[in-house]
Amino acid sequence: MIFLSLFCTFFMIGLFGFGGGYGMLSLIQNETVEHWHWLTSSQFTDIVAISQMTPGPIGINSATYCGYTAVVNAGYSTTMGVLGSAVATFALVLPSLLLMILISKMFMKFMHHPAVESVFQGLRPAVVGLLAAATLLLCTADNFSTPTTDWWQFMVSCLLFVAAFIGVMFIKINPIRMILYCALAGLILLY
Amino acid sequence: MNIYWDSFKTFFKIGIFTLGGGYAMIPLIEEEVVNKKQWVSKDEMLDLIAIAQSCPGVFAINIATFIGYKLNKTRGAIATTIGTALPSFLIILLIAIFFHQFEDNKIVATMFKGIRPAVVALIAVPTFNLAKRAQLNKWTLWIPIVSALAIWLLGVSPIWIIIAAGIGGYVYGKIKVKS
Repeated sequence: MIFLSLFCTFFMIGLFGFGGGYGMLSLIQNETVEHWHWLTSSQFTDIVAISQMTPGPIGINSATYCGYTAVVNAGYSTTMGVLGSAVATFALVLPSLLLMILISKMFMKFMHHPAVESVFQGLRPAVVGLLAAATLLLCTADNFSTPTTDWWQFMVSCLLFVAAFIGVMFIKINPIRMILYCALAGLILLY
Repeated sequence: MNIYWDSFKTFFKIGIFTLGGGYAMIPLIEEEVVNKKQWVSKDEMLDLIAIAQSCPGVFAINIATFIGYKLNKTRGAIATTIGTALPSFLIILLIAIFFHQFEDNKIVATMFKGIRPAVVALIAVPTFNLAKRAQLNKWTLWIPIVSALAIWLLGVSPIWIIIAAGIGGYVYGKIKVKS
């Protein structure tokens, strides 16, 4: 039952997705690509790219896109796909909604409790590891090609990776602009 | 004006105009919610941001729920949450429905070949920024390394890493207090 799996998966992602949109990516990637095979590695990367270029939180964007794609890939109609994306998005938002209401109602004063602060102290370094893992797991043949299948595309990919990293990290180029530059470079060098 | 409708509309607007994820939303939320509508004060907003950041889930949704609840309890929270999520939902749904008609187009396909490595770099950048903000030292540096290797090489689910790190932090805090 794909709708139930979508609901449970995205509910878990919403519940354990610490560290903002990017922190959540590693969970989404792990569940949708590695575990359920709803998306291929390159489809996942495309979603991240599209999320960067469209408004809205990356978590919502991935849930919506993934819910639709997973249901349609399983052989259902477009209408069922729309339902799938609604289920995934609702499931992702639900833990936030419940938790925030709960905190507003009674736990506001516990947020600065030493025990809560120690838990966050453990989480912070781990989220860095989650993000590093997401990066490593995306270094696949889907995204970069390989030296044996297409030597030229592999070299161009590595070059674009380094250029985008330096551009965004050190020169502070806007990520959306960087994506557009790389799209243009891809078009010129790989067409 | 009906306050549910008003808060829904405000957060819908915030949802439409944020490019580049949750944190880019903060100035926009401050402008609308603190300056224009005066639903929360500037100090309250700082607290809300801190709590929304440390809680799991989508940052923008967390903030929206908080403010909605403050305005109109549970029903207000539902109104602002739907308002924030709806624009992305509709836009991405349209893209999802129509994207595979262009996917096989040679121009679009080659553009995405150039985009994919860049996106991997875009995810690598916050890894380093987050590492700086987490103030890792020689005693904590092993945590992200071991977590990353466990997920990458052993296929451990990030959910287990999160649970282990939370429990680890809690136990460490207890021990530190005792000694």
